[in-house]
Amino acid sequence: MAAPETSTAAVPTLHTNNTVRNAFGGVLSFFILLLIGVLAFSIRLFSVIKYESVIHEFDPYFNYRVTQFLTKKGIYDFWNWFDDRTWYPLGRVIGGTVYPGLTLTAGTIWWLLNSLNIPLSVETVCVFTAPIFSAFASWATYLLTKEVKGAGAGLTAAVLLAMVPSYISRSVAGSYDNEAVAIFALIFTFYLYIKTLNTGSLFYATLNSIAYFYMVCSWGGYTFIINLIPMHVLLCIVTGRYSSRLYIAYAPLVVLGTLLAALVPVVGFNAVMTSEHFASFLVFIIIHVVAFVYYIKGILSPKMFKVAVTLVVSVGLAVCCAVIAVLIALVASSPTKGWSGRSLSLLDPTYASKYIPIIASVSEHQPPTWPSYFMDINVLAFLVPAGIIACFLPLTDASSFVVLYIATSVYFSGVMVRLMLVLAPAACITSGIALSEAFDALTGSIKFQLPGVSTDAEVDAGETSSDTTEAQNDEVKAEKPEETSKDRRSKKSKKKEREHVERPSAKAKVKTKAEKKRLLALPLEASAVSLLLLIVLGAFYVVHCVWAAAEAYSAPSIVLTSRSRDGLHVFDDFREAYSWLRHNTDVDDKVASWWDYGYQTTAMANRTVIVDNNTWNNTHIATVGTAMSSPEKAAWEIFHSLDVKYVLVVFGGLVGYPSDDINKFLWMVRIGGGVFPHIKEPDYLRDGQYRIDSQATPTMLNCLMYKLSYYRFVETDGKAYDKVRRTEIGKKYFKLTHFEEVFTTHHWMVRIYKLKAPKNRIRGKTKKSKSKTSSSSSSKTSGTKKKNPWH
Amino acid sequence: MAREKSSKDNAQALFHSLRSAYAATPVNLKIIDLYVGFAVFTALIQVVYMATVGSFPFNSFLSGVLSCVGTAVLAVCLRIQVNKEFKDLPPERAFADFVLCNLVLHLVIMNFLG
Repeated sequence: MAAPETSTAAVPTLHTNNTVRNAFGGVLSFFILLLIGVLAFSIRLFSVIKYESVIHEFDPYFNYRVTQFLTKKGIYDFWNWFDDRTWYPLGRVIGGTVYPGLTLTAGTIWWLLNSLNIPLSVETVCVFTAPIFSAFASWATYLLTKEVKGAGAGLTAAVLLAMVPSYISRSVAGSYDNEAVAIFALIFTFYLYIKTLNTGSLFYATLNSIAYFYMVCSWGGYTFIINLIPMHVLLCIVTGRYSSRLYIAYAPLVVLGTLLAALVPVVGFNAVMTSEHFASFLVFIIIHVVAFVYYIKGILSPKMFKVAVTLVVSVGLAVCCAVIAVLIALVASSPTKGWSGRSLSLLDPTYASKYIPIIASVSEHQPPTWPSYFMDINVLAFLVPAGIIACFLPLTDASSFVVLYIATSVYFSGVMVRLMLVLAPAACITSGIALSEAFDALTGSIKFQLPGVSTDAEVDAGETSSDTTEAQNDEVKAEKPEETSKDRRSKKSKKKEREHVERPSAKAKVKTKAEKKRLLALPLEASAVSLLLLIVLGAFYVVHCVWAAAEAYSAPSIVLTSRSRDGLHVFDDFREAYSWLRHNTDVDDKVASWWDYGYQTTAMANRTVIVDNNTWNNTHIATVGTAMSSPEKAAWEIFHSLDVKYVLVVFGGLVGYPSDDINKFLWMVRIGGGVFPHIKEPDYLRDGQYRIDSQATPTMLNCLMYKLSYYRFVETDGKAYDKVRRTEIGKKYFKLTHFEEVFTTHHWMVRIYKLKAPKNRIRGKTKKSKSKTSSSSSSKTSGTKKKNPWH
Repeated sequence: MAREKSSKDNAQALFHSLRSAYAATPVNLKIIDLYVGFAVFTALIQVVYMATVGSFPFNSFLSGVLSCVGTAVLAVCLRIQVNKEFKDLPPERAFADFVLCNLVLHLVIMNFLG
């Protein structure tokens, strides 16, 4: 505003111009958001195009089976379902041990579509649930980042989240797992918390509790929310940012949230009894104390307040100590200090390998390598530090929350590679903030220096951008962009003009501001080149994300392909084996295999299994592991005692499939040895090395897993060359005494054996009598050596 | 001795100033404070009852105590919002939010009571 006279005349037209620009900006951002949703949905469809619309991996098959049950029988039967077809003979209470959010969501969608007479099958709905919810998640990221920094940062963060490979890996079409809806619930809960914090409205606090309930229903990772939010509240109190909005944001969430969490059967009373939730209660008490202190401070004079403080401190300290002593005694009385095994393994990364080998054996629970960070969040790894700095200019409650979120999620992602998924939204938010600030700075500098455009109205526009420019001069060169930058740039500059036109400023002030800005603005060429570089690097990000989605994360792992000179080979052995089981065995036959394949067997073959991926009973798994590590007779005894009829092993030696049971065998030994001490891992290793060739130990060459994997393997190429272990096997010619082979798939990847029935009469066994025990036992042993009674 | 007397004087002066400051608050806020006190008192009675009789069924105890604590917390939120600090929030909106939140809370309580 140069002079008051011109400004009063100019303001009406400027005002209408700004309304038009606002409207244009609004419509543009709506269409951008729509496109982001479509992008998030389509980038996850590679597996459907390259393979087929099939459910991937292992865990999704369990969720699929539960959803089928829900759609067939209805919700009451689902709540009360006791599944007797897994963990034979123990069974599993599905209603009480499953996180129902995902299945209820997919079931609701299916029911809705069917009531509208759109006859999609349950499988189709299950396969496409994840891409739909990833679109919702990117919209939720837009809302969250908009609350923190503004609409420009929101759009950037949303488009980054739509494509980030870490999130794609767990939400491709077909990956029907808890994380598909849980990440959306996580971001949405955080958005509602920040919204409540910014507005202080109880309505949003209610919505926040309901969103938190949806998160508790969906995933065990809800403990992250119920620990992060109290941490943030504590941080705000300690840094002097307490306000009544903080109280409104936090206190109703704790009460309602605990109640709602206790409603979900799988959590139940754990919501008040386990250490994972104690942080929220502690901070609940602390915030009440702080609120009370502020209230008293408000109604008393300062002198009286000092008196009150001394009085309270002396009395309160004694009471506090007593209460804390009681609490500590309560918590210390339990051996794990009240934490569950999984949470302890997150806090102490070495805990699982020492005490719970099953948790340590899952590949997703290993710490990530450095390259996996670059693979999974790519360019964002460089932008996150810039975003953290941008959050401090200026520091608000919301931006301090973002900083805390990224710090904690980086730590947890370092413990377990599976938790890179929780890091992804935080990285996208901070990178979105960094990018949008960079664009502000660069475009502001360009606008300031374009000839004939710089009126006094733009002076203020340049001023704020130059403030951020000063702080970000160093980061500008190292930052990267993306494709829709042009739209965003114009939209943001319009938005800024509107803001600064309406801000009044005196003439004198303007002059010094203009001078200051002239000194702080970047040179025109540098800004333009940096802008171009940011756009180019955004292109790299997009290319990497699309490559990762297409090549790395779209394999359904139930169907394998390989390219050779002859073309494309498809290995569909798993489904071949399961359908053989389905069609050639009785409905009540029990199948024993390693726990990896339990879910798939119950879902696709519809047979009862002994152990499955839920791994809730370590002793049962150890029993199966011991059976696999024992010689044939002992294994037969164990399986016979469990009523097992068929044994299933996965063998990759003929085609070079590396995730077969022989490679997992040492884990079977370790887990079995953890419960049954007669299984010792060194017995299976020659000089500390795991071998299956002629140098292998006799225990290894005689164990059931070896025999079932390599039975008749020598008939394939005459030399019994194992392509995965890259040697010829040790024992090539042997017969099975207690098992018979009933099916081997086309590429020998799955092999099914049947337990032979016990003979009616055993040769050489005499009547039991005390004098003859030694002779009978010796005759029995000699009988087994010379004449095998099982043939 | 003198210190004790002065601290006693201080305590009395503190008490008086607190009383006078509180008496100056508007009547509607005092009603809300009374409601909060009643809810907390009810929660304490329930805890004492559980301590004497035992905690079975635990879900009923939990829902009872948490409903008292929840209404107390929500009433405090209402009091905060109705106070002069939130100038641009009409008290009708604050009360409507309060009612909605209470509705959700009691729905959950009814479900969990068993």
